[in-house]
Amino acid sequence: MTNPLAIIGRIFLHFLGVVGRIAMFTGVSVSHCFRPPWFPALIGRQMLDIGYFSLPVVGLTALFTGMVLALQSYTGFARFSAEGAVATVVVLSVTRELGPVIAGLMVAGRIGASMAAEIGTMRVTEQIDALTTLSTNPYKYLVAPRLIAGLTMLPLLVVVADIIGVFGGYIVGVYKLGFNPAAYLKRTFDYLEFMDVFSGLVKAGAFGFLISLMGCYHGYNSEGGAQGVGRATTNAVVSASILILIFNYAITEIFFATR
Amino acid sequence: MSAPPKISIRGLKKHFGLKKVLDGIDLDVGVGESVVIIGGSGTGKSVLLKCILGLLEADGGSIKIDGQEVVGLRSAEREKINRKFGMLFQSAALFDSLSVWENVAFGLIQGQKMARKEAKEIAVTNLAQVGLAREVGELSPAELSGGMRKRVGLARAIATTPEIIFFDEPTTGLDPIMSDVIDKLIVKCVRELGATGVSITHDMKSARQIANRIAMLHEGKIIWQGPVSDIDRDTNPYVDQFVHGRADGPIQMQVRK
Ligand SMILES: Nc1ncnc2c1ncn2[C@@H]1O[C@H](COP(=O)(O)OP(=O)(O)OP(=O)(O)O)[C@@H](O)[C@H]1O
Ligand SMILES: [Mg+2]
Repeated sequence: MTNPLAIIGRIFLHFLGVVGRIAMFTGVSVSHCFRPPWFPALIGRQMLDIGYFSLPVVGLTALFTGMVLALQSYTGFARFSAEGAVATVVVLSVTRELGPVIAGLMVAGRIGASMAAEIGTMRVTEQIDALTTLSTNPYKYLVAPRLIAGLTMLPLLVVVADIIGVFGGYIVGVYKLGFNPAAYLKRTFDYLEFMDVFSGLVKAGAFGFLISLMGCYHGYNSEGGAQGVGRATTNAVVSASILILIFNYAITEIFFATR
Repeated sequence: MSAPPKISIRGLKKHFGLKKVLDGIDLDVGVGESVVIIGGSGTGKSVLLKCILGLLEADGGSIKIDGQEVVGLRSAEREKINRKFGMLFQSAALFDSLSVWENVAFGLIQGQKMARKEAKEIAVTNLAQVGLAREVGELSPAELSGGMRKRVGLARAIATTPEIIFFDEPTTGLDPIMSDVIDKLIVKCVRELGATGVSITHDMKSARQIANRIAMLHEGKIIWQGPVSDIDRDTNPYVDQFVHGRADGPIQMQVRK
């Protein structure tokens, strides 16, 4: 019991078990995304929920992120008289990094939690069992629409976040730091490459998938009444957030290598 | 019985952790037969139905539906088998994101790909059979009373006219008159539509009405089964105690004095 090696071993085995279960859950769910029947109405509802209703939260956080980015990078670059680079730094940081990560974390809190709560409640009130007895596969009916919606809507959200974030930087740059508006915009777009935006959108797609996956996985496997659903909700948000940061590094690394 | 049984269970085992819930169940249900399972609270009656439906995985034993083994069946084939079943859950288990009539019509729309309009008419007919008006169909399940939810669950279970219907405590929480209506409805489903029924109930009056045969579950085993007419004449002390609802007898309730 007290042997530290045994404890580490047990934790490691438990971890492998969880990874295996998530991998199987993912495999089954993804296979259902590609097989009919599909549920357009359910996919649409999830898209609305993830895409449209997250706009205010994501827009607001993106705006302030862009603004603070302009101020902070100005502080840094002023020390070696490179203030002109502010616009470029803002647009690169937002599109490559902060747009996807901030949108991802915000949506993880909003959507990951609500998915886990909804599916978890369906689990503990036997509604998922009822689906099965009514010859409807719960993976197809509940999980697949959420995965599809997460994967497709997050990139769209990030496009909006990118635009608003750059706009936030522009406001601070022009009205507070005194840049010439035309020069600021020119600086913004002159050095922006397709890959900057594209890598950000790839990240967004991955994050959207992970958020839905964690929400569904923890909800689907919740047990033990209201308390269990609460635990599932917390786990969904925490695990999605951690995975977002890990995958963020991994994807950045891949694009860095293929520069 | 000459025809092969619709459901044939042999040596079915199921445990949760260290707790053995089902410990070798043997039970046959013939085509068109109505079997009522009785037994104390927490003896595993609901677990038994869920094992037959494949919602819980059996630890051992065999379950045959129309002669086909279903323990350990792959999910695609399981789905095919499940089309034969209708189930009223003890908790009703209505989908709270859908309206009442959509709940009732769910199996028709999703399972049988029926047009919504047509399915709605069938749903309304089914709701009427359980004493609920057309307007109730437009409500959401959260707006219903416990007894109403139960009746909607019942309407949903029979809407697809399944070959085998399970009723988990269909009349619990209903007034005596409505109980009688529901009992008659179950009898009608089984006798007229030729379905095979397995019901769980604690209400001996409705057990007598619904059942051709009664089986009693105790400590993981079927300790008694026989035709309804035998239940009052039987000398089995467990059955006698249960049927007459006496606190004293061989069945010890787990309560601290
Ligand atoms: N998912 C589960 N996990 C752990 N234990 C369970 C689970 N489901 C049921 N049990 C246990 O199995 C036993 C039988 O439960 P079941 O719901 O079948 O009882 P029941 O006979 O239907 O009782 P009641 O008449 O009160 O509905 C109970 O002791 C319960 O604690
Ligand atoms: Mg029960």
